[in-house]
Amino acid sequence: MKAILIFIAGMMLAGLLKAQILVKGTVKDNKGRILAGANIAIKDSYDGTMSDSTGSFSFKTTEKGNALLVASNIGYKTMELPIVLGTDSVVISFILKEEINELKAVIITAGSYEASDKKKGTVLKALDIATTAGANADISATIQTLPGAQKVGEQEGLFIRGGSAEEAKIIIDGTVVNNFFYSSVPGISQRGRFSPFLFSGTVFSSGGYSALYGQALSSVLSLESLDIPEKSELQVGLSPLFATVGLQQVANNKKSSYGFSYDWTNLAVYQKLVPQAPDFFKVPDFHTADMNYRFKTKKNGVFKMYAYYNSGTLGVRNPSLDSIGLWNAFSLKNQNLFTNISFRQFLGNGWKINIAASVSYNKDEILTQVQNQQYQAVPTTNIPVIDQTGFSLNANQWMLQGRVVVDKRFGAINTIRFGTEVWNNTDSSRFQNINGLFPSKVNDFYKAGFAEADLYITNELAFRPGVRIEHSSLLNKMNIAPRAALSYKLGKNSQVTADYGIFYQTPERRYLINQPPVNFLRADHYILTYQHISSSYTFRVQAFYKDYVSLLKMSNSFPSTVSNTGLGYAKGVELFWRDKKTFKNFDYWISYSYLDTKRDYNNYTDLVQPTFAATHSGSVVLKKFWVKNMFGVNWNYNWSTGRPYFNPNRSPKDFLVDKTIGYSSNNFSLNWLPKIGKANAVVVLGVNNVFNERQIFGYNYSGRLRDNNGDLIRSEINPPADRSFFLGIFLSWGVDRSQQNINNNL
Amino acid sequence: MKKLLMAFAMFATLGLNAQSKYESAMQNGFTKMKESKTVDEMSAVASFFERVGDAEKTQWLPYYYAARNYTISAFMNPSADKDKAAEKVKGLIAKAEAIEKDNAEIFCLKQQVAVMQLIVDPMSRWQSYGAIAAEAIAKAIAIDPNNPRPYLLEGQYLMNVPEAFGGGKAVAKKLFEKSVELFGNFKPASVLHPSWGKEQAEQLLAACQ
Repeated sequence: MKAILIFIAGMMLAGLLKAQILVKGTVKDNKGRILAGANIAIKDSYDGTMSDSTGSFSFKTTEKGNALLVASNIGYKTMELPIVLGTDSVVISFILKEEINELKAVIITAGSYEASDKKKGTVLKALDIATTAGANADISATIQTLPGAQKVGEQEGLFIRGGSAEEAKIIIDGTVVNNFFYSSVPGISQRGRFSPFLFSGTVFSSGGYSALYGQALSSVLSLESLDIPEKSELQVGLSPLFATVGLQQVANNKKSSYGFSYDWTNLAVYQKLVPQAPDFFKVPDFHTADMNYRFKTKKNGVFKMYAYYNSGTLGVRNPSLDSIGLWNAFSLKNQNLFTNISFRQFLGNGWKINIAASVSYNKDEILTQVQNQQYQAVPTTNIPVIDQTGFSLNANQWMLQGRVVVDKRFGAINTIRFGTEVWNNTDSSRFQNINGLFPSKVNDFYKAGFAEADLYITNELAFRPGVRIEHSSLLNKMNIAPRAALSYKLGKNSQVTADYGIFYQTPERRYLINQPPVNFLRADHYILTYQHISSSYTFRVQAFYKDYVSLLKMSNSFPSTVSNTGLGYAKGVELFWRDKKTFKNFDYWISYSYLDTKRDYNNYTDLVQPTFAATHSGSVVLKKFWVKNMFGVNWNYNWSTGRPYFNPNRSPKDFLVDKTIGYSSNNFSLNWLPKIGKANAVVVLGVNNVFNERQIFGYNYSGRLRDNNGDLIRSEINPPADRSFFLGIFLSWGVDRSQQNINNNL
Repeated sequence: MKKLLMAFAMFATLGLNAQSKYESAMQNGFTKMKESKTVDEMSAVASFFERVGDAEKTQWLPYYYAARNYTISAFMNPSADKDKAAEKVKGLIAKAEAIEKDNAEIFCLKQQVAVMQLIVDPMSRWQSYGAIAAEAIAKAIAIDPNNPRPYLLEGQYLMNVPEAFGGGKAVAKKLFEKSVELFGNFKPASVLHPSWGKEQAEQLLAACQ
């Protein structure tokens, strides 16, 4: 009995010893904002609580004596305050300091259109590209629906903010792709060579890009290839335009993978179904093979190898404007090789290294002929204007590249990057016409070193200084290009960014053969960006000024010589809005660009708006997807005001004063993802220029034939067909490795 | 004898207090877990487990339950910043993993966080976060093939994936069947170890019929 009493007494004593004391207070951050949901605990005890929606907390504890009260909240530095637990209640207030944190921090690269899963501001993914109507799964065509990128119907390339196609560089895994597009055909814009599904990340910068890249006066499109794919897969694609087969094999442990694909494109059937305006006497016929090998190293390193080979032929014929009854025939044979090896490895302690190397080769054999009614070559008509249009050109390009970039992270998310790259370009060509044979060979060994730092002063304010130093052996000149970006966060989702940079580029090598020494071309960028990005929508306004300090200019004399006296400017405002959430399974974006640009370069005779620039342009992209039926409908409307064209009937002082009619195109596509047997299928139907709108990209003028008014006659440059179609079915039989491991256990 | 009894009584009271402090705290947490209905109550339970974990330093289970409750509360709250919640949970998972390596239950947590982040933007996150989720489950099964929860979680996930992407009821059903079968023989390592999921697996299996 006594024992029981003592037991009870003991329990009470224990309880008494644990007399409870009230601890209460508030949690705020260093800007005085209330912090709800912060954890409050007495160190090394279970006692504590969470702060409520007013930032207050209160709890009772049985701890005694000196103790530490700990307050922690995600995104803030944990804080410990000493307290004395005696008999009175304790009141304490915490002011937590914000931690610099990737999720919260201002985005330094706010000016670019970036698509990676890590970042919130994802704008363009492979799937987005494949489902943009009118783009036909072409990366560059989708980029043309973004502000700042100009649609130029008669020529391939990225025309960014008043820049020519040569001023944009496209980069795959750190190395430049010299021939990203299929070889040029006069008057017909060509596609990009690479499928969007090769890439996991796309960064499109319409200006003010990082010091890691160079040799582009306007912009850089950087594509990062996939690491190890998810699935082993066999893919087959069929269309009236092409047939493709590919295999991707992923190792059981998902540490390595290899794959190859073969693709045959032939437009014979398509051109029978959809009549083309020019006469394709040699139907476009392309063979493409590619392969890849990737493996993961220890410590999360990745090694990737990619090789691409393509060969193709085509021939196209248009009536000659210089003589009734004659034809101008153009034929092309192209071979293209692109290889890239890249390796990235974490070295510990915040260090990371990226190494990349690439070999690429391109060969164009071009023949243009004057042909008679029977399509036989006319060797000479004794009319120089006509005879000069015939020529043959064999052009070879080799490019070798190597690149090393080292990253070091320090502090929370501050990063410095530095590295070097070397390019060796060799171009050789043989041009032959009635005036003779003109062989040429030109080599440029280019070296660059670069460094930049991402410095987060607070979560709200970040600064990215950078510098790039380049040397070209061809020019025998060096340059130093500073770059800087300053970003300030205005609210949870909104920020402003100011970018500045000097950008240099070696002039096109073909202009530099047997010429006096020239210097790098140069453009200075000033960009101001406001953006508001949440997980549901993106809104962005950009204003820019681009000063073309130095462009190449040809003299009027014969033979003409080149100099750095060309110049120009581009300024404008761009708007972008994308909303994925407001309407369920409905995604749309709207972009608008205003561009005011003039330049005096190449053979221009005045400071004028160039032929590749339209003052106003915009696009609306709509995508609706029904998940239940796995069915999607996409619409795209592209519009721009007319572009200047050269009219030889004008007096020389009225250079490029004429403009084409505006451009307008409505495009439509359907995609349906049924399951056919064991295969996942994707069926795509696309119609470009649904309403058959008249599109004129410019004019070709005769060199000698005149109409009744005495003007030189001309022909319109139109798309090969007003309305174009695409139909394709893609089947894939896949084995998901993770899934397979799970299924093995069932 | 009396002295002995007294000593025993003293020892018992002290001993009870000392020995079971952790265990009773955990049990206390389980009770609160059962009682909590709102998002705030859930996160309060989670923060309680986190405090226990921080105080104990050598126990991974408090972190496990803290992570689990934070995850559930984030799932329950439609206006929660799921990416931020995921950061919190990942921190707790890391603490648990530092104590207990290669545990199937921890890999189950990893899958749940990945799924939570996936549903923020399924169209664009499906590839990357789906892969992380699948990998976590595969790892959990490799570590402990007789644990019913990885199958349950995988089934739950695949049930919501369209058939064309390898999901659907038929696929999920097989996983639930396996899970229910394993629950028949499943014994948690201790009363504190995870034991949840049986009812859920049965309900989901019924929903697939």
